[in-house]
Amino acid sequence: MTTLTAPPETAPPPIRPRTRSAASKWRRRIPLLPALVFTIVVTQLPFVATLVISTFQWNILRPGDRHFTGLSNYAFVFTDERLRAAVLNTAVLTASVVLISVLLGLCLAMLLDRRFPGRGLARTLLIAPFLVMPVAASLLWKHAIYNPDYGLLNGTLNGVYRLFGADHGPTVDWVSSYPMPAVVVSLVWQWTPFMMLIILAGLQAQPGDVLEAARVDGASAMATFRHITLPHLRQYLELGILLGTIYVVQTFDAVYTITQGGPGSQTTNLPYEIYLTMFRKYEYGEAAAAGVVVVLGSIVIATFALRTIASLFREEVSR
Amino acid sequence: MTARLTPLWTFVAWLATLAFFAPVAWMVLTSFHQEADAATNPPSPFAPFTFAQYETLFSRDITPFLLNSAMASVISTLLVLALAVPTAYALSIKPVEKWTDVMFFFLSTKFLPAIAALLPVYLIVKDIGMLDNVWTLIVLYTAMNLPIAVWMMRSFLAEVPKEILEAAEVDGANLLTVLWRVVAPVAMPGLAATSLICFIFSWNEFMFAVNLTATQASTAPVFLVGFITNEGLFLARLCAAATLVSLPVLIAGFAAQDKLVRGLSLGAVK
Repeated sequence: MTTLTAPPETAPPPIRPRTRSAASKWRRRIPLLPALVFTIVVTQLPFVATLVISTFQWNILRPGDRHFTGLSNYAFVFTDERLRAAVLNTAVLTASVVLISVLLGLCLAMLLDRRFPGRGLARTLLIAPFLVMPVAASLLWKHAIYNPDYGLLNGTLNGVYRLFGADHGPTVDWVSSYPMPAVVVSLVWQWTPFMMLIILAGLQAQPGDVLEAARVDGASAMATFRHITLPHLRQYLELGILLGTIYVVQTFDAVYTITQGGPGSQTTNLPYEIYLTMFRKYEYGEAAAAGVVVVLGSIVIATFALRTIASLFREEVSR
Repeated sequence: MTARLTPLWTFVAWLATLAFFAPVAWMVLTSFHQEADAATNPPSPFAPFTFAQYETLFSRDITPFLLNSAMASVISTLLVLALAVPTAYALSIKPVEKWTDVMFFFLSTKFLPAIAALLPVYLIVKDIGMLDNVWTLIVLYTAMNLPIAVWMMRSFLAEVPKEILEAAEVDGANLLTVLWRVVAPVAMPGLAATSLICFIFSWNEFMFAVNLTATQASTAPVFLVGFITNEGLFLARLCAAATLVSLPVLIAGFAAQDKLVRGLSLGAVK
């Protein structure tokens, strides 16, 4: 095996030539190629197709009327009120779910970082929401918890009111009265365990001697948290926020099952709006243009994401 | 030097835990009740126990959906591993030039929202007559999980000590021996964790499944949604179905808690 004689990248022995032969380069690349080709074909070609479709006027309800229309679909995307509402809803939904679940996850991780009776069991029970199938979780929240007649929320309220001698509790239709909070709460419930796991990993990677030194120096718990723990956790918090954002921006299951985007378009986020344009209005050109705009927006988020992940990465490489 | 929680904070910790677990507990509990006991107000957690809902589910043919889900998840996971392991090898043990660029290319595909790919994928799949076919889902799930698997496997393979690899090479060990004796023992737990994550994401996937399948190839999440719209609302039966389809992931996740973090963070956090 000639590959085995290639010099290690970190410290090339001075006697051997520094540049590898073309053949040896290709031998290194071969194991990489199947995955690379597969990924390009399955993920990049559809994107090119989306770009092309986005320049067409194309509604399958009007066959024979498919024609090139330039950028008019984009003009539509940027002026359509429904789409603008969807952009806003996506931002509100994503920001509130990610921030609330990071905060809750941080609190839970701080608690679970300490020893207490049944800690292992508590951790196991806490990650359960993340493991329940998202569609099952959405249906569970919609029907078993938010339902105005026999959902757990109203049922419990009712039970408490009766305990205090009232006839019955209030009947609140949670999903239609508070559509966005209803979706947000169910997603926060699903994502908090994920944030907790990442932050807990960060807490447990804290160097013990620094904390010990702070304690010996008589630093208060609050000061230790602010000046030592929080800076140490920063990259874990960033990672949690970024990965959370990538996944929550794409939320489809919860909107599809809990509110169907309603009432009106109050909870219609971008993925659901694109879905409606595609499979209810059959406006393929508009749907494609909206998809391209979403991708451009994601690239902005992704640039920040890559920078953060790259910093994690550099640490590992330099080790 | 892990500190202890005071009794007050222990109480708070357990209260929070139970609050988060309550919906799951409620789902499982309701699934063992009769419909009449499931839909009472106030709720009746101590109603008689029955398997009736599960029996009904299996007589209403949930089985083909579970089989489709199992097939899509298991085969796509195997394909992902077959593609990701050599890739991760080429990105860590014998790194190609500019290997970080390749890593970021794989990752960048995860940033593109799946919804943006749905339309062209739908049109292409319809064109080649592959709508409502499990293999369509298998290909898509493979593409969806491949970047995650590459990142995770690379972080595991990067832990193979370089000195041992070099020593083995100096001793004239051939590639297969090196792979089997040095790389495999370090990489095996990582391989298991990677498979688990890919399995979870495929098993739970909904958007492609609901839009690209109809009657033959529908998976468990599609069954859940269709079952509500077709039969009206039977709360206990819904809970039974939700419990049943979540069970494989719950079991796998509980069994591999420690590996979950690393998988979910693409191997970036140990």
